[in-house]
This record gives sequence, structure tokens and C-alpha cells, in this order.
Amino acid sequence: MANTQALRRRIRSVRSTEQITKAMKMVAAARLRRAQTRILEARPYATNLEGVLRSLATRVGTHRHPLLEQREERRVTLVVITSDRGLCGSFNANVLREASKLLASHRWEQVDLVLVGRKGVDYFKHRGVAPLAAPPDLLSSTSPAPAFALASLLAKRFADRETDAIYLLSNRFRSIIQQAVVLSKLLPIPRESLEGGGALVGYLCEPAPAVLLDRLLPRYVEVEVLRALLSSVAAEHSARMTAMGAATKNAGEMIEKLTLTYNRVRQAAITKELIEIVSGAQALAEG
Amino acid sequence: MAEGRLHLTVVTPTRTAVEAEVDEVTLPGVLGALGILPGHTPLLTQLRIGELSYRQGVREHYVAIQWGFAEVVGDRVTVLAEVAELPEEIDLEQAKSDKTAAEAAMRSASGAELDTQRARLEAAVTRITVAGRV
Repeated sequence: MANTQALRRRIRSVRSTEQITKAMKMVAAARLRRAQTRILEARPYATNLEGVLRSLATRVGTHRHPLLEQREERRVTLVVITSDRGLCGSFNANVLREASKLLASHRWEQVDLVLVGRKGVDYFKHRGVAPLAAPPDLLSSTSPAPAFALASLLAKRFADRETDAIYLLSNRFRSIIQQAVVLSKLLPIPRESLEGGGALVGYLCEPAPAVLLDRLLPRYVEVEVLRALLSSVAAEHSARMTAMGAATKNAGEMIEKLTLTYNRVRQAAITKELIEIVSGAQALAEG
Repeated sequence: MAEGRLHLTVVTPTRTAVEAEVDEVTLPGVLGALGILPGHTPLLTQLRIGELSYRQGVREHYVAIQWGFAEVVGDRVTVLAEVAELPEEIDLEQAKSDKTAAEAAMRSASGAELDTQRARLEAAVTRITVAGRV
């Protein structure tokens, strides 16, 4: 028979776990709100920049810019965005599975990894794959500066022809209950993202349109990296919220079940003791 | 929107710093300061580090801008800046110590480093000026 003391201890332990997961869920919810605000705040800049870029590209025509150059994809750079912390369900596993699949696919001759997030770094270290770079503190920073620094590093690498294409692999925030792993091309900048602008007829441009375009394209890369990061952070918090919500629910159920067993065991013990006393008394009376 | 006014929006990668109906905007263009009044020709220009100002009636407002672009179309002026700071947001002490540090660094710097420090100095000076406008 299970003993009541062990059961009590078990219930207490599950209860404190429940409190922790409940707190983590609430923290994740608060962080998610903040992350969503950041996404919204970053949007006007991105939208305006895209608009101007499209117009400029339409006016200047198929412009030969190092960041637009299409090359045969032999050596590519894959930027994998994971999280620094765990306990967020399948958030990291989803990205890392996709990353491993891409690495094993032999679609490219060489794949260099840039890992954002400690989980990704640990995962590949365990498998003996050395990343090209693993910039720290990108996810916890509230300023966009580190994301921009990474973007210019990547842009330089591409412009210097050290790599033929750069892809971003990350979770994208869709809604509070939904995240999706997305592989998107960062460089060369996909043509379709520059098409369809008004031709800026009769515009004064200072300096010349081609020069302006040259200077705006690196900004676009920065914005894309920042956008992927912000989206991934929001997705992480929403994944954690869901995971911790489920954990809290499970803990609750477990406590209920344990309490039931505990009461049953306790009652059985009392009954048994009563029987012993009664039969003891009877034995005395008979004797 | 009021007749004959400009709609000014200043956005940075992290926020919308200014969104207002204004009568006149002065931009720190790469080729010098640019005054924009309602009815201006469509324009696209690169901005340098400097002070952006706009007038609402008789009130002048100032914003410290670091690099970016401005687009004028019809009665809309859109400024995409890397950094935009309103006077009340500027840490004057920080700006002053930045200025001193940049000046010191410029004495020994050369090449690209000199440009970086010069930009830092300009940014600090602009911030001090804008902060003084309150």
C-alpha cells in the first residue's frame, strides 16, 4: 500500500511545479504583448522603405547592384533563428529539424551556418557542426542595433562573393496559437520584392536615383533581418505560453488524481485501524 | 486634413516618432537644408545627421535625425530615419560626454575611423542643439 506521507510529498511537489508553470505562462503572455507591440512599431518604417524601393527600382530599371546579383547557388549561408531559453514546446525542435533536413538534403555544395539563439548553438555543438558565426545577445536586445550589425555582416559576405545566397530559417508569428517555420531568401534580394512600384515620374532625386537605390538596399536587408527576429521572438513567447498553459493544466489534473488516491489510502488506513481496535476489543470481551 | 497643410511622418526602425499636420518642414538634406512648404514638387532625398524642424502655426518643433531618407509626395512628407530623437528624450549629459569623447578620438584617428568619430561628433552636437530648443 502506498504510504500517505509519500503521497503528500508528491502532491506538494506537483503543486509547486504548477505554480511555476502558471507564472511562466503569465510572464510569456506579458512578453508576447511587448513583442507584438515591437512588430507593430517596426511596420511603418518597413512599409515605407519598401514603397520607396519599389518606386526607385522601377525608375532605375534592372539595376546592377551587388545585393541583387543572382549567382548559381553552390555555397549558401543559412541563418537559423532559435531561442535562448527552453520550455517553449516544439518551437526550437521544429526549426532545428528543418535545418538538419536542409543540411542533409545536398541541395547545395556547402552550407555555412549562422546561429541565432543558444538552443541552436547547443544543438549543433552536440552534433559536431561548427557554425560560421553565432552572434550572442541578439534576442534579448531591445535596440535594433545588433540585428542591423548582423545584417551588414551578411550583406558584406554576399557582396564579397563568399556565399552565393543567404537564407533565413525561423519561426514566424502567425497568431497567438500558431507559429510556422519559414525558409526565406534574404540575399540576393528577390526581384519580386522590388517590382510593381510607381515610376516616380517628375521626382526630384537627391542624389541621383541609382545612388539612392544603392544606399537604400542595405537598409532593406537590415529591416528583413529585424523583421525575422521580431517575428521569431513573438512566436517563441506564444509557443511558451501555450506550452506552459498545457503544463499547468496537466499539473492540475495530476494533483486531482493524487489527492483522490491520497484520500482513498488515508481512509483505508483509518478503516483498517478501526477494524483492529474493534476486533481487539471484541477479543478482550470474549476472553 | 486641413487645406494647404503637410502631413509629416517621421519613422525609425523601432517606432513612429512624429505624426502631425504641419505648415512647414525643414529637412537636413545631404546637399544642405531643405525647406518644404505645401505644394512642393515630388522629391526623394537622402538625409544627413542634423536637425529636422517643423512649424505648426507659430510653434516650431525640433527633432534630431541621424541618417535616413525623406519622400515628399503631394501633401505628405515621410521621413525614414535611422534615429530620431525628440528634445525631451535627449540625455544632455550623455550627449556632452559623447561630444568630448568624439573630439578626443578624432585627434588620433584616421581613415574610416575618423569618419566614424566625425559622425559621432555631429550626432552629439545635433543632439545638444535640439535638446537646447525646449
